[in-house]
Amino acid sequence: MTPNPQLTDTGALRHLLTIEGLSAKLIHSILDTAESFVSVGEREVKKVPLLRGKSIFNLFFEASTRTRTTFEIAAKRLSADVVNLNVSASSQSKGETLLDTVDNLSAMGADMFVVRHAQSGAAHFIARHVAPHIHVVNAGDGRHAHPTQGLLDMFTIRRFKKDFTQLRVAVVGDVMHSRVARSEIHALTTLGVPEVRVIAPRTLLPKGVESLGVHVFNDMQAGLKDVDVVMMLRLQNERMSGTFLPSAQEYFKYYGLTADKLKLAKPDAIVMHPGPMNRGVEIDSSVADGGQAVILPQVTFGIAVRMAVMSMLAGA
Amino acid sequence: MSMKIHIKNGRLIDPKNKIDRVADLYIAAGKVVSIGKAPEAFHANREIDASNLIVCPGLIDLAARLREPGFEYRATLESEMDAAVAGGVTCLVCPPDTDPVLDEPGLVEMLKHRAKSLNQAHVYPLGALTQGLAGKVLTEMAELHDAGCIGFSHADAPLIDTTLLMRAMEYAATFGFTVWLRPQDFFLAQDGVAHDGEVATRLGLAAIPACAETIALSTILFLMRETGARVHICRLSSRDGVELIRQAKAEGLPVTCDISINHAHLCDRDIGYFDANANLMPPLRDQRDRDALRAALADGAIDALCSDHTPVDEDAKQVPFAEAETGATGLELLLPLTLKWATEQKVPLLDALAKITSEPARILGLNNGHLGLGQTADVCIFDPAAPWRVEARALKSQGKNTPFLGYEMLGKVRYTLMAGHGVYEG
Repeated sequence: MTPNPQLTDTGALRHLLTIEGLSAKLIHSILDTAESFVSVGEREVKKVPLLRGKSIFNLFFEASTRTRTTFEIAAKRLSADVVNLNVSASSQSKGETLLDTVDNLSAMGADMFVVRHAQSGAAHFIARHVAPHIHVVNAGDGRHAHPTQGLLDMFTIRRFKKDFTQLRVAVVGDVMHSRVARSEIHALTTLGVPEVRVIAPRTLLPKGVESLGVHVFNDMQAGLKDVDVVMMLRLQNERMSGTFLPSAQEYFKYYGLTADKLKLAKPDAIVMHPGPMNRGVEIDSSVADGGQAVILPQVTFGIAVRMAVMSMLAGA
Repeated sequence: MSMKIHIKNGRLIDPKNKIDRVADLYIAAGKVVSIGKAPEAFHANREIDASNLIVCPGLIDLAARLREPGFEYRATLESEMDAAVAGGVTCLVCPPDTDPVLDEPGLVEMLKHRAKSLNQAHVYPLGALTQGLAGKVLTEMAELHDAGCIGFSHADAPLIDTTLLMRAMEYAATFGFTVWLRPQDFFLAQDGVAHDGEVATRLGLAAIPACAETIALSTILFLMRETGARVHICRLSSRDGVELIRQAKAEGLPVTCDISINHAHLCDRDIGYFDANANLMPPLRDQRDRDALRAALADGAIDALCSDHTPVDEDAKQVPFAEAETGATGLELLLPLTLKWATEQKVPLLDALAKITSEPARILGLNNGHLGLGQTADVCIFDPAAPWRVEARALKSQGKNTPFLGYEMLGKVRYTLMAGHGVYEG
């Protein structure tokens, strides 16, 4: 068996490619490190010198605002030099291969690549090819993984709920096409959440999703019953009507999170969403802006979690 | 002067003639002239000591892409013929998906001529079933047959129009030609790169369900009943597909079937961490599918094993998994992977070698793949116990892409003879 490509021989993190295969201990240590960075964001001078002199390349082959920006802020707060590359607009359109792009940026002295790509496995692919001193953080590859999102979601849950081993969590929406869902599920099951549910119509569930350790609900009402955490997924525009779903309206009626449906969950349940939200499609504004939503804290914590990951990978 | 060869002390295994014993083989003028004892006044020009080696008919590979014409940057006829004979293969069938497609007699004659001038292995091209493999217009099958096509295939190109498929089968049946088809529903397979199961779900790869195969296979089988055409099913991949083949054979339909060495040994888990070398078409399915294929190959529901040799240029695999070109090099792995299957599945060597000699010959309707008296002396002599490791530099093929990279193999070809002359020695 090929060794786990994201770990060193001693089990330390070399790249962050996926949450699958990380130990609960390692995840908690990332979250603990992130705790220490939350306060940095609350200070007058929001900087620590941990990555001074390091060059971090945000290599985005797919458009993103939130993820790229939070990575950029996180890197800057660690005092790293950050270069943002929107590659879909430049070299790839000139026919340069992915490896050539990576090699060229490596030659410019990159210490870390933060990579987003439309193909599952792209971050693994890059990690396999970079020199040993270069670290790769997967910022989303196809449908496969978005590990920092999964981690910041766990950070958020940990902030609002006491103990993972007492929770019932529902992940709602387009699991089939969602890298966020896969990373959340791996994180939740690794951290010992006894009941992880997925709620979706069958066209949005991949085959054998139960093998990830989840319970499948096609009926949202049944699925939300007594849960502690509701994790909504974004429905991509192109899936709203076509061969996966007939219309956004019908989807909202049966799988959109409304205040009424949320009442089925525990009274103190929290509502999460990775953003950007489609109000009126997967989530009603009254819920998104309501007292149970922790969607904006997710964004804030995202910076601390990304600082933690980058400092653990490249820090001394 | 005709060459006389004496192959001595070898264990002769000739599946078709049910021979498995230590016996000397005598070859003169390119033919087998005696087995066991020397013909009178036989003075060998060359003696080959085959002590501790196995002597068997040259292997017949039902699917080997030589990449000529059109894709010479991936491989050339020279490099792939070298690979063939290094793998003990003396007869190979090549699919029509070259560039230009093998849909005109002139192209077929040219390929046959080029192959013949290299004089290493016999090449049997499959003609395209439709012009340009575009799935619109039938090819001149009778002319192509006269030019040397052994059958007609649609390779991996989609054939969406069922009416056209039916007519192609009717037309082929008119002349008694065999139609070679890889069953795969175009729409169900359209965007997929991996088997629809736990692994694709975990890795987030777009999936191809097994029913993409069984639905297309059912269509083909019903059209066989309708048209009376003889069909060879290429690269079966699913256990449900195996069951359909079993039923069709029990019913007496003239259907035969092969699987690739990749599917006989690997499953979707072997994709590991997105190994692009495991991006194959059809996709590697799950363990139960693989086990069913292996068992069906042993019990005869599946007739033959092929390499599905597809050299891919390195750049085309140096991309994220789903973007990688599909296929794996295989000519040099056909023999050791047949032996590996035989050992693991507890199949006697005689029966195992039948899957790459006499059975493919039967599918092709050729009187070769055996070493009966008077036969053309295509011979493979190999050491079944010789270990070697699959790595780029160990392969003669220009394609170094295989999911078996790093595997330890047992079984190395020592000599390959084609029509009584040595074409490889290793």
